[in-house]
Amino acid sequence: MTIYLFYFLSFVAVLCALLVVFSKSPVNSVLFLIVTFFAIAGHYVLLNAQFLAAVHVIVYAGAIMVLFLYVIMMLNLNRDVEPHKPVALRFAAVVAGGLLAITLIGALHGAETLPKAGNVQADIGLIENLGKTLFNDFLLPFEISSILFLSAMVGAVMLGKKELK
Amino acid sequence: MSAIQVIPVHYYILLSVVLFSIGVLGVLFRRNAIIIFMCIELMLNAVNLLLVAFSSYFSDAGGQVFVFFIMAVAAAEVAVGLAILTMIFRNTRSTDIDFLNKLKW
Repeated sequence: MTIYLFYFLSFVAVLCALLVVFSKSPVNSVLFLIVTFFAIAGHYVLLNAQFLAAVHVIVYAGAIMVLFLYVIMMLNLNRDVEPHKPVALRFAAVVAGGLLAITLIGALHGAETLPKAGNVQADIGLIENLGKTLFNDFLLPFEISSILFLSAMVGAVMLGKKELK
Repeated sequence: MSAIQVIPVHYYILLSVVLFSIGVLGVLFRRNAIIIFMCIELMLNAVNLLLVAFSSYFSDAGGQVFVFFIMAVAAAEVAVGLAILTMIFRNTRSTDIDFLNKLKW
C-alpha cells in the first residue's frame, strides 16, 4: 500500500515538474508547480515529517506561489508574449539536463548498499522534537535568519519603489 | 506502516535527482525569468526532499531543521527576486532574460 502511494506521489511530482518546464502559459506553470509542491508535501507525510509537511504547504503553496501568481498577473504575462529559445538551443538544453541526470544517478550508484537505519523513531518529525532541536542546537542560525528576513523585507521594498529620492 | 520500513532510501535519492535535473533543464530551456525562478524553487525542493528522507531514515532531527532554514531562505529569496523582476519589467517591458546581456561576454 505505502509503496503504491510512493509511486503515485513520485509520478505526480515528476509529471507536474515536467509540465512546469514545458507548458506554454506562465500561469499554467505556476499551477503545476503548486501540484508538485503538494506531492512533495505528501512525501513528507510518508516520511513521518508531519510538521514540515504543514510548513511546506503553508510557506510554498500559501505564500511563495501566491506571490508568483500575483506578479505574473500584475505583469500581464500570457501565452502570446512568452519568449522562446530556438529549437537547437532547446534540444541542447534537454540533452544537457538528461546528461546531468545520468551523471548524478551514476555517481550515486552505490546508494543501494547504504546501511539500514537501526531503531527508527517515528516521532522525530513532530513539532516537539523539532522545536527542541531548533532552540537548542540551532539557536544562532534561527536568530540570524530573522535578520535575513528583515534585510530581505527592506531590500524588496527598496527595489519595488519607483524612484529613490 | 510508515514509508521508512517499506521504501529503500535510494528510491528517494533517485526521485530527488530526477526533480533536480528537471529544475536544471527548466533553467536551460526557458527564457522567461519567472519560469527560471520557479525552476530554481523546484531544485531547492528536490534538495529539501533528500534532506528530509535522510533525516527520517537515520533518525536525526537536524536534517529537518535544515529544511526549515532552507524554506526561510527561499521565502526571503523569492521576495527580493520578484522585486528585482518587477524592476526589470518596468525598465525593459519584458521578462525575457536575453535582453539582459550586458554582462554576458
